[in-house]
Amino acid sequence: LVSQAPIARPTMSLRVLVGCKRVIDYSVKIRINAAKTGVETANVKHSLNPFDEIALEEAVKLKETNKAAEVVAVSCGPDKCTEVLRTALAMGADRAIHVKVDEDTPLQPLAVAKIFKALVAKHKVDLVLLGKQAIDDDANQTGQMLASLLDWPQGTFASKLEVDEAGKKLKVTREIDGGLETIAVNLPAVVTADLRLNTPRYAALKAIMAAKKKTIDEVKPADLGVDVKPHLQTIKVEEPPVRKAGVKVADVDELLSKLRSAGAL
Amino acid sequence: VSSLVLVEHNGTAIDAATLVAFSAAKKLGGAVTALVAGGAVDDVAAQVSKLPGVGKVLVSKDEAYSHGLPENYTQLLLSVQKQHKFSHLVAAHSAFGKNIMPRVSAQLDVAQVSDVTAIVDADTFVRPIYAGNAIATVKSSDAVKVVTVRGTAFEKAAPADNKAPIEAVAAAGKSNASEWLESQLTKSDRPDLGTAAKVVSGGRGMKSGENFKLLFDLADKIGAAVGASRAAVDAEFCPNDMQIGQTGKIIAPELYMAVGISGAIQHLAGMKDSKVIVAINKDADAPIFQVADYGLVDDLFKAVPALTEKLSK
Repeated sequence: LVSQAPIARPTMSLRVLVGCKRVIDYSVKIRINAAKTGVETANVKHSLNPFDEIALEEAVKLKETNKAAEVVAVSCGPDKCTEVLRTALAMGADRAIHVKVDEDTPLQPLAVAKIFKALVAKHKVDLVLLGKQAIDDDANQTGQMLASLLDWPQGTFASKLEVDEAGKKLKVTREIDGGLETIAVNLPAVVTADLRLNTPRYAALKAIMAAKKKTIDEVKPADLGVDVKPHLQTIKVEEPPVRKAGVKVADVDELLSKLRSAGAL
Repeated sequence: VSSLVLVEHNGTAIDAATLVAFSAAKKLGGAVTALVAGGAVDDVAAQVSKLPGVGKVLVSKDEAYSHGLPENYTQLLLSVQKQHKFSHLVAAHSAFGKNIMPRVSAQLDVAQVSDVTAIVDADTFVRPIYAGNAIATVKSSDAVKVVTVRGTAFEKAAPADNKAPIEAVAAAGKSNASEWLESQLTKSDRPDLGTAAKVVSGGRGMKSGENFKLLFDLADKIGAAVGASRAAVDAEFCPNDMQIGQTGKIIAPELYMAVGISGAIQHLAGMKDSKVIVAINKDADAPIFQVADYGLVDDLFKAVPALTEKLSK
């Protein structure tokens, strides 16, 4: 009998795809454009969507703990998306894909989900990590839509993520309205990150320099066979009603008397 | 127009945000059908059948729907939609609705309109974007509209003299890929934060979780719920379900008292539709004062106990 060599099989070879949306920075006070069709984006600071940053941090941590083999960052949109991809690469993504769409084409969640679905098949992805929502359209849809199109289970609004020993299952703690909930989902799966999943790192200068050597591949939705035509048309975008500033009260007694006369207490 | 409203419930009562979704569905015009699913749902179905405008209650009794698993709910909604061909599928923009409805939309190859605050017509909806700093009006070109409704945007439907027929529908299969393990729900004797008429809320200025007792005492005096800013939750002063803001709960009580909260735009997004806003903060320049009807620049550790004490008299 010939003794058989043990089959070398890495137990944790997950390939993780992370969504990286470029959005107006959270600290910017947005302005509606003159035509009332959207917000001013020219000369406005943009950055990686904060929830996607959390998703990316989680993916990098999975790699650092040998649970993931590769982390691939993806951003869909105009050329400037490569800026957020460089940030992602500096934070620890191994490589990046820029799905190039011109500035004037609005990308809606369903189109992005279709793009990601095509990338998942092409790159043999086991886990997709996304932010739970983007802070521009606040839609909170893409992760769920992607899971649906792939017929994968989903763990949305995750505040804790654990991969089992065999790399077959995830335990996801989710932030829900009444508190927390824990579910188990089989891999492959889609997970969306909530605020408290982790605290994203700041990329060190060395990592930023190293990121410049990593590759960003460019593809177009058409290359992936995806039609990005919007289903929703924006009719107008307006300022919210302005709340007029009220009065300052001198002390607790005045506050109480004002509240009582306003019928608020 | 014909709408289906997905009912969120805890086995005993209809979730308040779903009552708001019913009002939105009624506003669309046309017939309104409700879908109630779960293990023991007879009580809830009976409550739903009394809501004004509800023409029919579809009930699917199956434990697969007990914990809101979206993989299972999607199958059920698709099966019901295949049979009834509704023009609108409506749910609350709650953790439950947000989890399920986009999954259904994708299967129908239609867009979802999230967090709707007003209905212009059956195709056109108003929704906040950029944490409520801009208000968009969007028109859907899809044959089926999937809509989630903001929990403060419409009146809550109240039981009326209605008795809609209740009809059983078959369960639509169970996914083996996903399993509910446990829930850790915060128990409280205070009113529910999402629907309370009065809310007292604390921020980083509270300095510790223990100090939230000052707010609990004040809240109990006036029958209020207690909320928190993201900063207070991140600092672990209180659990996540107390968070008010863009990514937490969006509320619009009669009275909102912000204590030791600076008022970041993400927080304002969650409370600026409140009727009366009070801010107590020692920093006179805190942005919260720009939206407050009554601002008190003072040390909260003196002002809050004084307020509670004076309310006792």
